[in-house]
Amino acid sequence: MNDTSTETLSVVVEREIPFPPEKLWRALTQPHLIEEWLMKNDFKSVVGHRFNLRGEWGGVLDCEVLAIEPHRMLSYTWDFAHDDAAYALKSVVTFTLTPTSSGTHLRMEQSGFRKTQKQACGGARAGWQKFFANLEQVVARID
Amino acid sequence: MPNTHDVLFRTLSDPTRRALFERLCREGEQTVGALTAEAGISQPAVSKHLGLLKRAGLVRERREGRQTHYNAQLSALAPLIDWTSQMTGFWQSRFNALEDLLKRMDQ
Repeated sequence: MNDTSTETLSVVVEREIPFPPEKLWRALTQPHLIEEWLMKNDFKSVVGHRFNLRGEWGGVLDCEVLAIEPHRMLSYTWDFAHDDAAYALKSVVTFTLTPTSSGTHLRMEQSGFRKTQKQACGGARAGWQKFFANLEQVVARID
Repeated sequence: MPNTHDVLFRTLSDPTRRALFERLCREGEQTVGALTAEAGISQPAVSKHLGLLKRAGLVRERREGRQTHYNAQLSALAPLIDWTSQMTGFWQSRFNALEDLLKRMDQ
């Protein structure tokens, strides 16, 4: 069987924001504001700056600022290192701001990859067993 | 796709089927005979489990003479491991928080 195959996927989430790009930009780039809507962080508006996003669940994301165009575009890496390939993720998050008559169109695209075969196989070996053992009890109750 | 999830969950919730699937993942293609030798259950029972795995799209069979070989189809697990749907939900909820923050910043 093939042991690895790499698959790139992306997620796009868009929203009409009833505030101007300048204000939205502050929320995307000022650490104390980023913390309020996203995660604790040591972000700086400097290309090449490495920082972490720390989730409430205890997970830490490794990030690096890739591109900044004030009030228009912000891009950084969003990597999650994990020994188990089923949980590891390498991705890039890009926010694009477009002014509209009523505020700003915000577009977030996250694209990245996982080694899917390895992930599924690793998962089958490690996580799945435990996961499905719990699930078995749930399904048994449904039946 | 809740239906796909249901079928996958139900199929893999059985420890014998899960063991067969994991073995095919680990060791690659196997015949029913080879699987039976280590499964600790009868050949008809193994065949029945393989039939259910096949129906869920988790294995594919390949006939060669009188032998049937089985392969794990890892792509069938994709609906369960699709990080994109998890991330979409994550960003939707973060954007709600972002909008709340922007409203507060206004005051």
